[in-house]
Amino acid sequence: MLHVDVSKQLGDFLLEASFTSEGRVTGLFGASGAGKTSLINMIAGLVRPDRGVIAIDGETLDDTAARIHVPPHRRRIGYVFQDARLFPHLNVRQNLDYGRRMNRLADDPAQRTRVIDLLDIGKLLDRRPGRLSGGERQRVAFGRALLSKPRLLLLDEPLGALDEGRKHEILPYLVRLRDEAGIPMVYVSHDAAELRQLATQIVMLRSGHITAFGGVKVLTS
Amino acid sequence: MFDISPTEWTAIALSLRVATVATLIATPIGIGVAWLLARRDFWGKSLIDALIYLPLVLPPVVTGYLLLLTFGRRGLVGAWLANQLGIVLAFRWTGAALACGVMSFPLLVRPMRLSIEAVDRKLEQAAATLGAAPWQVFLTVTLPLALPGVLAGMVLGFAKAIGEFGATITFVSNIPGETQTISSAIYSLTQTPDGDAAALRLVVVSILIATTALVASEVFARRATRRVHGN
Repeated sequence: MLHVDVSKQLGDFLLEASFTSEGRVTGLFGASGAGKTSLINMIAGLVRPDRGVIAIDGETLDDTAARIHVPPHRRRIGYVFQDARLFPHLNVRQNLDYGRRMNRLADDPAQRTRVIDLLDIGKLLDRRPGRLSGGERQRVAFGRALLSKPRLLLLDEPLGALDEGRKHEILPYLVRLRDEAGIPMVYVSHDAAELRQLATQIVMLRSGHITAFGGVKVLTS
Repeated sequence: MFDISPTEWTAIALSLRVATVATLIATPIGIGVAWLLARRDFWGKSLIDALIYLPLVLPPVVTGYLLLLTFGRRGLVGAWLANQLGIVLAFRWTGAALACGVMSFPLLVRPMRLSIEAVDRKLEQAAATLGAAPWQVFLTVTLPLALPGVLAGMVLGFAKAIGEFGATITFVSNIPGETQTISSAIYSLTQTPDGDAAALRLVVVSILIATTALVASEVFARRATRRVHGN
């Protein structure tokens, strides 16, 4: 369960959002500039809210009144960025292994094999990110986030930088990810069709405020 | 002509030792300072920034004299070091290393700072979301990606340290075998009636060292860049 109730002044733009989601995939929907990325950056701990509370499964991550701010590296929240952000000096195998090393988790070859098969990236392991296509890079980014064993996965328009063909190449992997990985996700997108396929719950954001909340059907209204 | 005498060898060896020690000690400090200046905002930052670049614009003899006042036997820090730890810097080769380190510091820090500033902060954020604590982000992402600049700074610092003259001679004088580096040896030889040949030999040696350092830095930088952006 993810509980968010925050406000943040960003220039002359006020972001105020409050929602509680139990969904497997919470779709954060809105036009660009609606504050979607700022909102998930707050969930990730990369941006601090001016005021408010963020909690996950009853554990408080931010509470400005109690001066609580858990830094991003202690949140165990995975993040897939629109621009992949793979480490250019590490090959795919080392990128995938990064989260496990940083969290000092025990080696889990079974999970690694499962994720690599799920995303079909077994042939890329020895390559550097510079030698990957946009779609391959994004798949590796999914794998890297998954293998850090997060309790929540944030996806910020992960298909945004890809052309139509590539989107259709990735979308099936995301559906499998949702159905097989068992990690709750917050999926940011401005594409209603994408969210209809993936999300189980929708938070609609317009110029910094939530205008609708509910099942996928709110997308049609 | 190329019969290098024992005293000349001593000066060459001493120069190499002083510059190497100065660079090796200045490097971790330089990386830390470069990171602070590139990544943190704090009170007094512009003051520290100015202080670091001061040796570049001050007359070297002024820097040397200030070192003598501070680290000399009767200096504030020098007296404490001598009494508490038994470390004497004035008129010793270790003092020469300190003078060279201070004088070369601005040149050493600058490329390090620029290369750390050039590291994409988005990658550092990504590392944090994967569970890396700030020091782990620094060691596994920032530093490896800034490596070409770190090496460039080390080479520049080394080259400056090996050529340093004014501050060194003021602080530790020109004692053969203890503080006489190539530069101060050349200076002494030009004051001596038949010193020309020997001075010229040391000039050639210093040109050789400088050229080698530059070529080495080029090779290092190219390798490091390939490692960072390589395929």
